[in-house]
Amino acid sequence: MRQELNLRGNAALLAGANPLSKLAAVVLITVVLALSIDWVSASVALFFELLLFPLAGLTLALLWQRGWPLILAAAVGGWSTSILAPDSGRTLIDAGIWTMSEGSLETGVGFLLRGLAIALPAILLVSCTDPTDLADALAQKARLPHRFVLGTLAAMRLVGLMAEEWQTIGMARRARGVGSRGSVLQRLKATLGQSFGLLVQAIRRASRLAVTMEARGFGGGPRTWARESTYTLLDAWVLAGGLAMAGLAVTAAVTAGTWNMVWAGN
Amino acid sequence: MPAPSHAAAPRTVRPATVTARGWGWRHAGRTTPAVHALDLDISPGERVLLLGPSGAGKSTLLHALAGVLGDADDDGEAGESDETGSLLVDGGPPRGQRGRAGLMQQDPETQVVLSRVGDDVAFGAENLAVPRDAIWPRVHEALADVGLSHLPLDHPTSALSGGQKQRLALAGILAMRPGLILLDEPTANLDPAGVLEVRDAVARCLDKTGATLVVVEHRVSVWKDLVDRIVVLQPGSGANPAVLLDGPPDRVLAEARTMLTAAGVWVPGYVPSTRGRAAEQAPGAGGLLLAAENLGVSRQRPRRMGLRKVPPVPVQEGIIAQVRAGQALAVTGPNGAGKSTFALTLAGLLEPVNGTVSATTDLSRGAGITPYQWKAEQLIERIGTVFQEPEHQFVTGKVLDELLFGPRHLGHGEDRVDELLERLRLTHLVDANPYTLSGGEKRRLSVATVLAASPQVLVLDEPTFGQDANTWAELASFLSELLDAGTAVVSVTHDAEFTAALGGTELKLAAAEAVAP
Repeated sequence: MRQELNLRGNAALLAGANPLSKLAAVVLITVVLALSIDWVSASVALFFELLLFPLAGLTLALLWQRGWPLILAAAVGGWSTSILAPDSGRTLIDAGIWTMSEGSLETGVGFLLRGLAIALPAILLVSCTDPTDLADALAQKARLPHRFVLGTLAAMRLVGLMAEEWQTIGMARRARGVGSRGSVLQRLKATLGQSFGLLVQAIRRASRLAVTMEARGFGGGPRTWARESTYTLLDAWVLAGGLAMAGLAVTAAVTAGTWNMVWAGN
Repeated sequence: MPAPSHAAAPRTVRPATVTARGWGWRHAGRTTPAVHALDLDISPGERVLLLGPSGAGKSTLLHALAGVLGDADDDGEAGESDETGSLLVDGGPPRGQRGRAGLMQQDPETQVVLSRVGDDVAFGAENLAVPRDAIWPRVHEALADVGLSHLPLDHPTSALSGGQKQRLALAGILAMRPGLILLDEPTANLDPAGVLEVRDAVARCLDKTGATLVVVEHRVSVWKDLVDRIVVLQPGSGANPAVLLDGPPDRVLAEARTMLTAAGVWVPGYVPSTRGRAAEQAPGAGGLLLAAENLGVSRQRPRRMGLRKVPPVPVQEGIIAQVRAGQALAVTGPNGAGKSTFALTLAGLLEPVNGTVSATTDLSRGAGITPYQWKAEQLIERIGTVFQEPEHQFVTGKVLDELLFGPRHLGHGEDRVDELLERLRLTHLVDANPYTLSGGEKRRLSVATVLAASPQVLVLDEPTFGQDANTWAELASFLSELLDAGTAVVSVTHDAEFTAALGGTELKLAAAEAVAP
């Protein structure tokens, strides 16, 4: 987990863009795709997102490694939608209460594509954005309070540590005779105890880290930034790209007549 | 950016003065003060080692000097912390002087703030509003001073060793150009190589900057030649002043040797005496209990790559070891060699990556050959493991319940608890919350709780780390008794004196090859 958050060595073009412009582009695409369940807008967006992979230094293998739960979830969602959505058109499968028709299959595929198209921009963003750079941009460009931004950033580093600590506490408790195997109730009890142990350690670590930060002069006063967060021409392209992708997806869907606002019903 | 040559750099640091007059501090919610009636003068550029038993308020004093004690916006309610007298840095209260003092604490993980080396060093300077153009030269200089200039600025801080993390923290402090450097047991969590790494870096930086130093540490021999004064504190109360002794290192150590050893301070040249083994055992004597054959170990679980399970890359492979009744096995080797990982695998807590850990019938008694597959209740009466951090193993809110936990689960052995309480001097603490005990008490408790289940094999991970000399000696003596009684003891340790005290065989693991993440 800690290695995956580290972007050292990612020399891809988009790694050099300002995190804020990337964030804005991602939000734009995600919002537009969230508006409609149809396969045209989703597949157009998905097509462009796949084209962006090399620019973000992402490969299909890496995507599967990091994003497989999301991809599986999208697939399961698509499958169950095809079975459960109201039927229309020719019936393709009929297994008692489960039926899949042309209409419900289309809704299901739309659901699957949309799930992927919404998840991918976020994965793209994470794979080419360093958390420290994002914090710099949020504090310097978006003018969020630095106490909050840097505090969150430092805490995030502890999250990786806590993942290791969770494993250690699990072993330490097994060495005390607390089984993580057994009935559901026993396992639930063991997990609760382990969570409490982790919570205690998290609080200890957090308060020590807070002392470290305070002793290094961290507080509400004015501060300077060793790394300047800047916008370049690339950021204009990132924003334009985001706008273009969102626009193309909507236009294609409206032209094809599949645009289907989520709250407008069927 | 080229590193500036600093040989000719002018001294950019003005060393700080410390003045305490009848200073006292009581933490919120406590009835007795942590420090009471402290009178102390430290002149600019002096280097002071603070000694004293636990509870003498050494850490409290350092936190106060760093200006991080309590909140500045305390409104003096009842139950809040309470300050008496005055404690001044350069004639003013420390709290208002950001960056005048730099503090390093014990736990390396919490001394690092950011995830890239360069950013972390720059953090303090940024907070002091140093202009951007001046920050990076300071970062390069500080990294060179602590001997980390070979690392690229974007090197991930998570990839550093404990000693490197502490040196990085020192660099972060130096980049603020403080006049007062405060070290709170900076090497307690480090292996011997890391201890010297950090000590030498501190020495170099002090020679260069001339800053004032106050260091708290149990191991006097490490710091003795670097400091020019030792101050011994005592728990203050009533008429007793906080400072017990104060003077040049040799004189204080000569005058107070008996008192300091009694307080568990590691005075140079002093190894506490421990109980010897009843009879030195020939290697191979004692029944075989547990054997590792061509064992490969890793802390990582098999990784999921999509739906495929990929086994982790072992940190150490081909380990062969035998654990015999009544015999000690010391696992030694440099940091990162996988010593703890091996011990945890041997103890049935981690799954072997390859090779086997197998229990003989003397140990398994019907539970199966592979310890990793035993149920937790089966494990604890066969192999007991004491973790490096005692708090990881606390499962109840009371010392007595903690000890009774194992026996209650097993349904037998509750009668042994009283003996353990007595033997490990925990009887007066039965109603205390385990988390509130001192470091030495926590260590003794964690050993007692594991032994309450009467395991035939005891595995200890760095049992002597950060322990004072008294706890150290008690532990070594107690383990030698256990060995004589037929328990097998496996200890992962850097501590040569501890290994010598227990005898037995040594398993030396070589440094693991660097494996790319």
